[in-house]
Amino acid sequence: MNDTLTIAGREFRSRLFLGTAGYPNQQVMLDALEASGSELVTLAIRRISLDGYSESLVDVIGDRAGLLPNTAGCLTAKEAVLTAQLAREALGVDWIKLEVIGDRELLYPDVEELLRATEELVADGFTVLPYCNDDPVTCRKLADLGAAAVMPLGAFIGSGLGIRNPHAIETICARSPVPVVLDAGIGTASDAALAMELGCAAVLLNTAVSKARDPVRMATAMRDAVAAGRAARLAGRMPKRAFAEASSPQLGLIGT
Amino acid sequence: MSARIRVNGREEDLAAPTVAALLSDRGIAAGTRGVAVALNGAVLPSRRWDETPLSAGDALEIIRPVQGG
Repeated sequence: MNDTLTIAGREFRSRLFLGTAGYPNQQVMLDALEASGSELVTLAIRRISLDGYSESLVDVIGDRAGLLPNTAGCLTAKEAVLTAQLAREALGVDWIKLEVIGDRELLYPDVEELLRATEELVADGFTVLPYCNDDPVTCRKLADLGAAAVMPLGAFIGSGLGIRNPHAIETICARSPVPVVLDAGIGTASDAALAMELGCAAVLLNTAVSKARDPVRMATAMRDAVAAGRAARLAGRMPKRAFAEASSPQLGLIGT
Repeated sequence: MSARIRVNGREEDLAAPTVAALLSDRGIAAGTRGVAVALNGAVLPSRRWDETPLSAGDALEIIRPVQGG
């Protein structure tokens, strides 16, 4: 069955986007990437070490996946816009995972700055995928400003706490004019499956795989969970009932 | 006192005449994939590294992609 995801005219067979940080080593990262089936990986942009130039991550990833640079760590729209522009210059990629945080400990989005940066980057020709609150109003505003997708958080970045407000995510998915990518908070496979069941178009995760005891195996689990959750969503779940309803026939019971 | 510039947040003496020369001193050739430069808050495309002089008070950011989520 053909069920590709389209964001800004680009098609993806995999609905799992993977972060590249925090793996035990580079080979595990590459093996996890392959196991995940992901076609899009996130990168950060940082000042180069002037002491020596090490092997480029871009060369390591090669053509294994598309690149989605982020603006992680940026506190203002101004910083995020410059980071995005540097990423475009460095990678020749005009897609950006836009992060503008308002608190260095919580890594929670600063909505005001996020909206401003989205507007500026869209005007500058970027395909903007903002990491945002699980807030339907913020998501709508981002879409109205031209975001190609919205990426609400399930829980704090790196927390692995799962989807803390599934009703909000479900509501966002039901109302969003652009694809919804669950970003942040995924801890294990059932979280990823739930995101898809709630109507998300894709899931972006990193730590759940990179900090698993066996990252490659978890990457496989995430691939399967995303596929299973997506299939369940398309299949349409049964209605919930408050009471039991036997699935076996009530007629012909022995002893009646 | 010699002229000073800021490179990735660190002050240093202005020794290189151009952006390209400064990068080359650090082993970064023009057009190296994955490296980008901002001069005084604006991206400086790599094709202009050669022709762009450095002067006292300039602030350079030299970046590359790293692992990230």
